[in-house]
Amino acid sequence: MQNLLLANEAVARGAYEAGVKVISSYPGTPSTEITESAAKYSDMYVEWAPNEKVALETAIGASFAGVRAMSCMKHVGLNVAADPLFTVAYSGVNAGLVIVVADDPGMHSSQNEQDSRYYALSAHVPMLEPSDSQEAKDYIRKAYVISENYDTPVIVRLTTRIAHSRSYVELEDRIELETKIFKKDVSKYVMMPAMARGRHIKVEERENKLQADISNYNLNKIIMRDKKVGIVCAGNVYQYCKEATNASLFKLGMVYPIDVDAIKRFSQEVEELLVIEELEPFIENKLKAHGVKCRGKDVFGIQGEFSVAYIREKLYGEKSPKPERSIPVRPPVMCPGCPHRSVLYALKRLKLTVNGDIGCYTLGASEPISAVDACVCMGASIGMSHGFDKANPENSKKTISVIGDSTFVHSGITGLINAVYNKGCSTIMILDNSITGMTGHQDNPTTGKTILGEETHQLDLKTLCEACGASSVRIVDAYNIEEVKKVVKEELERPSVSVIIAKRPCALLLKKHSPPQKILEEKCRNCGMCLTIGCPALEKRNSGVAINRELCVGCKVCNQMCNFGAIVQGDANE
Amino acid sequence: MSNNSYKTNILIVGVGGQGSLLASKILGSIAKIIGYDCKLSEVHGMSQRGGSVVTHVRIDGEVVSPIITPGEADYIIAFEMLEAYRWSYYLKKDGIMIVNKQKILPMPVIMGKEKYPEDILNDLKANNINICEVDGLQLAHKAGGSKTVNVVLIGVFCALNNIPFVVAEEALCQSVKEKFIAMNKKALMLGYESACKSK
Repeated sequence: MQNLLLANEAVARGAYEAGVKVISSYPGTPSTEITESAAKYSDMYVEWAPNEKVALETAIGASFAGVRAMSCMKHVGLNVAADPLFTVAYSGVNAGLVIVVADDPGMHSSQNEQDSRYYALSAHVPMLEPSDSQEAKDYIRKAYVISENYDTPVIVRLTTRIAHSRSYVELEDRIELETKIFKKDVSKYVMMPAMARGRHIKVEERENKLQADISNYNLNKIIMRDKKVGIVCAGNVYQYCKEATNASLFKLGMVYPIDVDAIKRFSQEVEELLVIEELEPFIENKLKAHGVKCRGKDVFGIQGEFSVAYIREKLYGEKSPKPERSIPVRPPVMCPGCPHRSVLYALKRLKLTVNGDIGCYTLGASEPISAVDACVCMGASIGMSHGFDKANPENSKKTISVIGDSTFVHSGITGLINAVYNKGCSTIMILDNSITGMTGHQDNPTTGKTILGEETHQLDLKTLCEACGASSVRIVDAYNIEEVKKVVKEELERPSVSVIIAKRPCALLLKKHSPPQKILEEKCRNCGMCLTIGCPALEKRNSGVAINRELCVGCKVCNQMCNFGAIVQGDANE
Repeated sequence: MSNNSYKTNILIVGVGGQGSLLASKILGSIAKIIGYDCKLSEVHGMSQRGGSVVTHVRIDGEVVSPIITPGEADYIIAFEMLEAYRWSYYLKKDGIMIVNKQKILPMPVIMGKEKYPEDILNDLKANNINICEVDGLQLAHKAGGSKTVNVVLIGVFCALNNIPFVVAEEALCQSVKEKFIAMNKKALMLGYESACKSK
């Protein structure tokens, strides 16, 4: 039977068919749907871990314990999981272990466009890269075979355009595997210097063996067409090259190790060899190091996503239509009723330096709120504010961290412990909307529900922060601008670490909204004050302000903005 | 889809949260029912939060790239007028643009920094673009909920594209939860009928 699946769903299906028993992941665009989709198969145990490091360690444990395991994450998540990755590369596996990483060229939903292929190179772990959903499923199955044949974890790399594209997939049955026995073997499973030296030798041996065996796995393929130009490519770029050109193609399914000898032979069949790859010259540099004459980044550059149009333009000078008009941009915004808006607005009014974090609240850096001053990575806001304080103690009175509930649990807790331990005086705001929001609403330890929606222990942030040693932990209503301002002012004065938890659920999750607000025209002075809150449901008209009833969810934050009492509760059926 | 061929490139454009994912899913189901290859490219994550969102749908005997090249879209289904304007350069010369006459102001306009262009539809028409205007919100309300605008527009597309209603209906049923089927069927029908009238 054929199904139209996202490659992410196909990866989950591949894991199911390959007999995987344990999957542990942390959500991150564009990888999230793999694990969400995997949770629908009752034959696999699937969980959200608090971060990617824990997720990979869980998968490693399951692999050592003798069942096939998987861990999925976005590119920056692999940085978090890099510590276990580099050492499990030495230990190898018992049952197969696959790590799926989704890169985001063009940064649709990320803070950088790092190229995760270098992890495969530096950890000496094989990496496969599918070019559509069918291959995504097939490659996952092959990845487990390679993992067990060569005693190594295997990384499967996706990019946004693969992860979030749908194409047909032929479904097959699941294979059921016996659980392998975990045999005590300190030389393999305990990585301390004496043993690790031995394992490092094995890593080199297995990589050389795999390098020689690559063609056995039918992952790379050659499509001979016009022989003037031969193109080496992989993943989504293969699809673009196939459509944009009539050149012969060497499609890599295994991007590490690279089958250099096969590409050398291919290059002798064509007049000129090109490497077309998004991001870094990963394939190109390898070929050049082996003396293969080719061109690549001198033509195509390292920025952003490629496309059929881009390749045609670079190769043939063919121009595709471009936007003709200057049209107002439409940046992403916080949703109507978003509880982050009122909090960030309050911080802006207090003229604070706001160290932001990764989540919807990063959007508070944009106009008109413009409250967020810095954002680096998951959990960074807390360490950064501590750094601000230590750089100059005066900063602590005007610096604050904002971090979401899920992000705090991911990697904010250690920052809090550090600030307390080192006698800091930061003020930290946890924007607790009771969900992992930006990635599309995943449960996390603070929601009290598992990925399957089952009840579980609910992490109490207030108790946790108190246990970490925060001298004050207060809870405020995120919608109440004056209350937020008052409590923040008080806590900034405190000469020790304090935490403020601003609570309100994500507006997209509210099943029932208050009716839309309305403007009393006779009272509106058209001052525009309400517009400075940046709510998409408020519209500037020539004569004043209007509320878009299709968008307003009745949060009443705008009511607080009006000094003339012109915004009031409207009726449900106006 | 002229000459009995179902080869079609469809670009769905709108504002994050308007339901373009469901719309593309229904088109994917249609492709499957009529036995064509199909690839969809969706947007998830940050852009979904009220940003400009583009979904590519390609239906053909064999589809290679999941992304439509500018100037090669047979149809653009625009959920919002400014987005219709923004992405119009993707349309091929004799392509058709289905435009929902809804305005959602982007933040620079809400703040008064930029103006929402007036006369978008007339300007597009002046550039020889075939426009099919739809009051999607009104039809969606009639069907029972403003959230069904996406399905109304799919109804319009199917009618213009000579896709039998029963095929569209079957695809819809495969794509939405059971409790929403009745309302969405009505939305599909209203969209379909409105386009048949205007043809």
